[in-house]
Amino acid sequence: MTRPPVETRIRTSYREAIRAAIFEAMLEDERVFLMGEDVGRYGGCYAVSKGLLAEFGPERIRDTPLSESAFVGAGIGAAIVGMRPIVEIMTVNFSLLALDQIVNNAATLLHMSGGQISVPLVIRMATGAGRQVAAQHSHSLEGWYAHIPGLKVLAPATLEDARGMLGTALRDPNPVLIFEHVLLYNMEGEIAADAGAVEIGKAAIRRPGRDVTLIAYGGTLHKTLLAAEILAKEGIDAEVVDLRTLRPLDTATLLESIGRTHHAVVVDEGWRSGSLSAEVAARLAEEGFWSLDAPIGRVCSVEVPIPYPRHLEEAALPQPARIVAAAQAVMRR
Amino acid sequence: MTGSADLKPHLARSHVMDLMRQMLRIRRFEEKCIELYATERIRGFLHVYIGEEAVAVGALPTLTPDDAVVATYREHGQALIRGVPMNAIMAEMYGKQEGCSGGRGGSMHIFDVAHRFYGGNAIVGGGLPLAVGMALADKMCNRRRVTACFFGDGAVAEGEFHESLNLAAVWKLPILFVCENNLYAMGTALELTESETDLHLKAQSYRISSVAVDGMDVVAVEAAARRATAAIRAGEGPQFLECRTYRFRAHSAFDPELYRSKTEVEEWKKRGPIERFGAWAEANAILHPTDFAALEQEVAAEIEAAVAFAESGNWEPVETLTRGVYAEVAP
Ligand SMILES: Cc1ncc(C[n+]2csc(CCOP(=O)(O)OP(=O)(O)O)c2C)c(N)n1
Ligand SMILES: [Mg+2]
Repeated sequence: MTRPPVETRIRTSYREAIRAAIFEAMLEDERVFLMGEDVGRYGGCYAVSKGLLAEFGPERIRDTPLSESAFVGAGIGAAIVGMRPIVEIMTVNFSLLALDQIVNNAATLLHMSGGQISVPLVIRMATGAGRQVAAQHSHSLEGWYAHIPGLKVLAPATLEDARGMLGTALRDPNPVLIFEHVLLYNMEGEIAADAGAVEIGKAAIRRPGRDVTLIAYGGTLHKTLLAAEILAKEGIDAEVVDLRTLRPLDTATLLESIGRTHHAVVVDEGWRSGSLSAEVAARLAEEGFWSLDAPIGRVCSVEVPIPYPRHLEEAALPQPARIVAAAQAVMRR
Repeated sequence: MTGSADLKPHLARSHVMDLMRQMLRIRRFEEKCIELYATERIRGFLHVYIGEEAVAVGALPTLTPDDAVVATYREHGQALIRGVPMNAIMAEMYGKQEGCSGGRGGSMHIFDVAHRFYGGNAIVGGGLPLAVGMALADKMCNRRRVTACFFGDGAVAEGEFHESLNLAAVWKLPILFVCENNLYAMGTALELTESETDLHLKAQSYRISSVAVDGMDVVAVEAAARRATAAIRAGEGPQFLECRTYRFRAHSAFDPELYRSKTEVEEWKKRGPIERFGAWAEANAILHPTDFAALEQEVAAEIEAAVAFAESGNWEPVETLTRGVYAEVAP
């Protein structure tokens, strides 16, 4: 019997992984192009697209004016007649200027047209806080988009997902929004040299555990994993589930996990009221009530626009200590 | 509009001295901020106004204390010239409680309603509709005030720009639009994103009277702003100033400046507003080397005091984190 080949691993960062995914998609499919503010000459506001202009030229790496509504809408228009645009919006706060196009066009054209028009579009944007850029640049509004039927919403939290979700999203016949947490861009690690497309639509267990299920996504996943390590030292064995896809939600994986742990805490950088964490908790209550030994816990951002000073920003956001405390509370420890 | 003599800036020595002082206050303040950013006293995004000083210094003194100002995230200069105390601005840059926005906003969100300074808006184009509404309220209440709204060339591409100009024109509102055209929106050159780069023409297409001025020339800006505010006060409706200027520094601290050449920047620096006005004042024996030295000293002292004020300021206790989300009183 021959031994399986040793997998080659390469060092990369979240930023480079997304760039590699764009690069690959552009090579594979001529219909793919990238557009957005400063994606070309500037190299992308978070340097994701650095170097792509030189590789693919200004036709396919398109710098746009500051016209979020128009270029997102143009992405929709190009998609419905056969292109495969990747539209980059600098941050989710600015996507609000394009909300009309995303919600009233991208999400509805298929339905309104009786199934004639599909919108194979990918919109990427940064989300989240942690860089002291205050109340107009720091919010986590992905939960709003997850409210909308017709959209798919992804939140890559690992290098594999940063590398692999984009290609899968481009192959999807629906509008897919990808939320990249600003604090993840510099995250480094190793992935398989041949890493590629990954499945979307399924949550992933990032750390198996027996006692409590901690549910997180995007930027809060790593804080949650840290919290799980702290809990382990105190004798609580936490399972950490990464939602990965915020719409459609993979409720089955969550139910299966709480079926084993009987305790759940949901972590979300969005505000608590009307949030994605509320939806997750409601589903667990609706469908998993009899598995639970305690009320569901939640750790969300404090209900205040994100303030500038570091200590207040930190206090406003979910932190490992708050996640630990919430887990202890549901475990009554 | 008239060209009557009293609308021209008076270039008496005291006025020249004042223009110079104000431009230096901005320049040195911003240089200090860059230093403080490097030592992490100031965090987040920092956008400085170096190279563009003549716009705020020329335009703002044509307003009265009753008038209002709306600005962008590159607003330290406007705030200083509007009269917001440097101490309060610096404390805000630090995020201290004593800052003009209580420390909650930082560099991009300088607010001081006592000086009718309404921010500090970090959404490109976001200030324009606000300014329109403020001017509308003034008109509806028969208050003879002007609202001055500053924004960059990049904002011109946003729908909010066009919607706001149109509203201001159809409602004949007392508003002064000041476009700070520094040729770039972050790393994207104006000529790559605008089919018409002569931005003041856009205002004309909304039937707003508009002019383009050399934004590196403080006297030219002042003269144009004086005419424009006089026209607004005379009931002629909105006015538009396109100030052609240049940002000498990176867009923000994160900008590697891959999109423009060093020579281009150097060429513009030769036309620097402080450099040019200073040379002119000296050549005409209005200001003397000792005047410059005295001004520098005075400005340095003000900045030193502001840094000391910010340093000794207090961090807001975490217990009040949720304050300032809902108001207790209406204006
Ligand atoms: C709606 C929106 N889109 C994008 C951004 C990110 N951004 C901040 S400043 C800027 C450039 C704006 O250029 P301009 O209006 O010319 O002003 P300048 O910075 O040159 O003073 C961009 C793209 C933003 N803040 N708001
Ligand atoms: Mg500009």
